[in-house]
Amino acid sequence: MAGQLSIAKALNDALRKSLENDPKTVLMGEDIGKLGGVFRITDGLQKDFGEGRVIDTPLAESGIVGTAIGLALRGYRPVVEIQFDGFVYPAFDQIVSQLAKMHARALGHVKMPVTIRIPYAGGIGAVEHHSESHEAYFAHTAGLRVVSPSSAHDAHWMLRQAIASDDPVIFLEPKRRYWDKGEIGPAADLALHDARIVRPGTDATLLAYGPMVKVCLEAAAAAEEDGRRLEVVDLRSLSPVDFTTLEESVKRTGRAVVVHEAPVFLGMGAELAARLTERCFYHLEAPVLRVGGYHAPYPPSRVEEAFLPDLDRVLDAVDRALAY
Amino acid sequence: MTVKSTARARKKAAPGVPDTLRATGTDAQPELVQLLTPEGERVEHPDYPLTTTPEELRALYRDLVLVRRFDGEATALQRQGELGLWASLLGQEAAQVGSGRAMRTGDYAFPTYREHGVAWCRDVDPLNLLGMFRGVNHGGWDPNEKNFHLYTIVIGAQALHATGYAMGVSKDGADDAVIAYFGDGASSQGDVNEAFTFASVYNAPVVFFCQNNQWAISEPTTTQTKIPLYRRASGFGFPGVRVDGNDVLACLAVTRWALDHARSGNGPVLIEAFTYRMGAHTTSDDPTRYRATEETEAWKAKDPILRLRTLLEKEGLADEEFFTAIDAESERLGLRVREGVRGMPDPDPTLIFDHVYSEPHALVDEERAEYVEYAASFEAGENH
Repeated sequence: MAGQLSIAKALNDALRKSLENDPKTVLMGEDIGKLGGVFRITDGLQKDFGEGRVIDTPLAESGIVGTAIGLALRGYRPVVEIQFDGFVYPAFDQIVSQLAKMHARALGHVKMPVTIRIPYAGGIGAVEHHSESHEAYFAHTAGLRVVSPSSAHDAHWMLRQAIASDDPVIFLEPKRRYWDKGEIGPAADLALHDARIVRPGTDATLLAYGPMVKVCLEAAAAAEEDGRRLEVVDLRSLSPVDFTTLEESVKRTGRAVVVHEAPVFLGMGAELAARLTERCFYHLEAPVLRVGGYHAPYPPSRVEEAFLPDLDRVLDAVDRALAY
Repeated sequence: MTVKSTARARKKAAPGVPDTLRATGTDAQPELVQLLTPEGERVEHPDYPLTTTPEELRALYRDLVLVRRFDGEATALQRQGELGLWASLLGQEAAQVGSGRAMRTGDYAFPTYREHGVAWCRDVDPLNLLGMFRGVNHGGWDPNEKNFHLYTIVIGAQALHATGYAMGVSKDGADDAVIAYFGDGASSQGDVNEAFTFASVYNAPVVFFCQNNQWAISEPTTTQTKIPLYRRASGFGFPGVRVDGNDVLACLAVTRWALDHARSGNGPVLIEAFTYRMGAHTTSDDPTRYRATEETEAWKAKDPILRLRTLLEKEGLADEEFFTAIDAESERLGLRVREGVRGMPDPDPTLIFDHVYSEPHALVDEERAEYVEYAASFEAGENH
């Protein structure tokens, strides 16, 4: 995999490798066959692996996840594509009440190696229900693992690790970054649930994941022009969260700003702020601040830029943190 | 012509809808496959021939009696406070034993929370079923040991699991078949209808076994459907059949046919076992608030066990010694269940953290450690 690959291609290649390496791996979803998925993440896979391994399903999300559970019970390793974030809710019972709990209900007698890929979050000028950030629902549910990559390298290796996991994984793909390119290393350099310090700094820590990592990196670059050195941590995993890495960073910088697209109220940032406050109380120079969406339905696309955190809103929060 | 008169004309024309387009089929009584009448008469059906030896008939009788005894014992244990809840299968023994005995060893059952009779046929230890009703686990048996999945409480969700499992059977090229159990209420659920769609388009070897026991807690079947439930299948492109759910022989013959139909690559079948929930929905329910005693009394005359006993006696296929032996075995089962439940220990509270994930999860590990330390602080205090 020499050279630069887009996140979309990195994911496609991860699916291909997973199909090659394990005959029990099957892909399921709407329009993932001939079309290759609406984002082309499964492009060419049905042609190469056949309709029995790359399965175009009826248009019924609960049905897709529910039958994936049955296939897992029969010894298969299904990788499900939900076409858009806002379409996952019809499958909510199958995900949170069936899939997430099955291993515990069976006292460990059955495993649920099901990966649910969801293109999520906004910024692409889409119509409603195509821009949602619902990670908190899934991270709140015991039994699910929740991850979201931000780079081509992580997209590739984290997807392969997710598929290899014997637990259900919600794999959130930042759709507006699908065409961002990056180098893919020869192996996974981190465990699936490790966070990554993507830019070291000393004055404050920006905590982000998925689509907001890029925004935070841009904010850190801009801040450097003003002589502020911001550290950026890519969480990568939302359940579990790598608090060891986060705590170490925040204790060093003394300030933390969490950035996500999801509404702030009861979002991931609330949990991160609470736990980091408990762990780093005597090291904090300011309260942990949050930047995110508002407590409103995701807006029409012409005003989504006002809803989404951007460089200025991130730096505004950094200013407030540094002012304490 | 005024708009008003056009509307009136349309309204008048409505009764002229051709018979073939009518949505309802409630006016005509659908055929009910029956091999053993409520009076204990053995009758034949051209499509579902069944030959049985006296041994087989006696074995079915034994199943029915023991399953009812187990169920009655569980109800009593709930009344005594040993179980938190019980969902009785009273009245549905034939539907469950007939379909359960139609399965081969490699076949797989996906039950609701009332399939105690099917569990019996799958050789699942009855005590396993009681753990969740006592509150010591959420099921916990190994589904793959007897090919009997965990009980599912969210109505209809298991129909999709059964269908997915059956899709896997097809991929494996195996000749196993799968049964998805559900009730008349579940027929309204999206998951059941999605399961019909998936099973149909993928030709999955799954039999949808709907026990229409006439009541979804307090709601009669008329709240769920305007057509006989078995006819739903035709809209999805596979056969549907209504069987006398209180006739163990008809349930056996029809399910055996359906499983073979499915395992031979012909796709799914819907069986509507027309039966009756003689008891309450669960021990928390009070049916006197919503249904008439006369209705329950009328169904008593169709009792699934009595009609088989009548046949056995009338045909001289079982003697008094046999019935006495079954009664004695029934007593022993009751005793075993009673003692087993009373002796079922509460789990250690750290069970809360066991098996949430199959691989380590930092948050669960952290919370378990916190809990253990917290609990130990009390034990340390007791020593002072």
